[in-house]
Amino acid sequence: MTLTGKLWTGIGALIILSPLGLILPDHFKAGSAWGEWGVDEIQKMTGYVPQGLQSLSERWKAPLPDYTFQGWEGQDLVHLSFAYIISAVAGIAIIAGVALCIGKVLAKKHE
Amino acid sequence: MHIPDGYLSPATCGLFGAVMIPIWTVASKAVRKTLSVRQVPYLAIGAAFSFVIMMFNVPLPGGSSGHAVGGVLVAILIGPWAACIAVTVALVIQALLFGDGGITALGANCFNMAFVLPFVGYYVYKLISLNSPPGSSRRIIAAGAGAYAGICLAALCAGIEFGLQPLLYHTANGQALYSPYGLNVAVPAMVIGHLLVFGWVEVIVTALVVKYLQKQNSVFFEGDRL
Repeated sequence: MTLTGKLWTGIGALIILSPLGLILPDHFKAGSAWGEWGVDEIQKMTGYVPQGLQSLSERWKAPLPDYTFQGWEGQDLVHLSFAYIISAVAGIAIIAGVALCIGKVLAKKHE
Repeated sequence: MHIPDGYLSPATCGLFGAVMIPIWTVASKAVRKTLSVRQVPYLAIGAAFSFVIMMFNVPLPGGSSGHAVGGVLVAILIGPWAACIAVTVALVIQALLFGDGGITALGANCFNMAFVLPFVGYYVYKLISLNSPPGSSRRIIAAGAGAYAGICLAALCAGIEFGLQPLLYHTANGQALYSPYGLNVAVPAMVIGHLLVFGWVEVIVTALVVKYLQKQNSVFFEGDRL
């Protein structure tokens, strides 16, 4: 196999293992990353919601919010893991496509 | 380390957007000069790797969680300017498709993770590896040190960006308008997690892949990647 083939295989393995990034924090009862709380969490932590934050946050409705399907927030870990893998595949397909296009445009001048 | 929408004031977001535009311009010029057609797949692999490694959230038991970024590894392999573009692509798709990191905060998030992280990491790697042979274990140590320095400094930048908000933007009665925690809380919160746990994930991932690639194709570790 070519080296790029081996590296893509490695990325494929990481995609399959990616639900660990969901299961481990759940198992060790760790919350979201610091500074990435939703409005409700901030209300609980500080007793108020900063006005500017309130008006700017959650305006953008991402198609796959937090790497899951819309409306799947309360699902069990099996469902969430499935959505996580689908998210990884979709994300990587788009990112690799965009990066290849940028690379081709920039690198075409030589060789 | 993905700052969401609403945590930074519009002025802060504008400032970092304005800072990133010349950086992206220079990056695309630098990549145009140095990236060969043969290396284009590695730009895509680098961007994909950075994206997927960021999905591996690592818990601080009972606390918050965090993750590696992979940007230092990409910088070592294809150069820091190409890494800047690769990580930027990952961050843009994360914000748009998954709501991970704010759209208004893209400039700041790219500054931290697509500029500070790969450049600090790359230069620490260069400094420590010096002229050591491509296959040497000194290069693995240099890559690990670069990974650690890069992600911890990026976390420090994010902590400062968060922490300045309540200082600069608050109501007359002292309530924050955006991110509610000052420097005394935000900086330690961001930095300590990365110094103790998430930074080491970046170190291990970077060192392992460098060790693997030394055996596969040592051309990655010859000459300058700028």
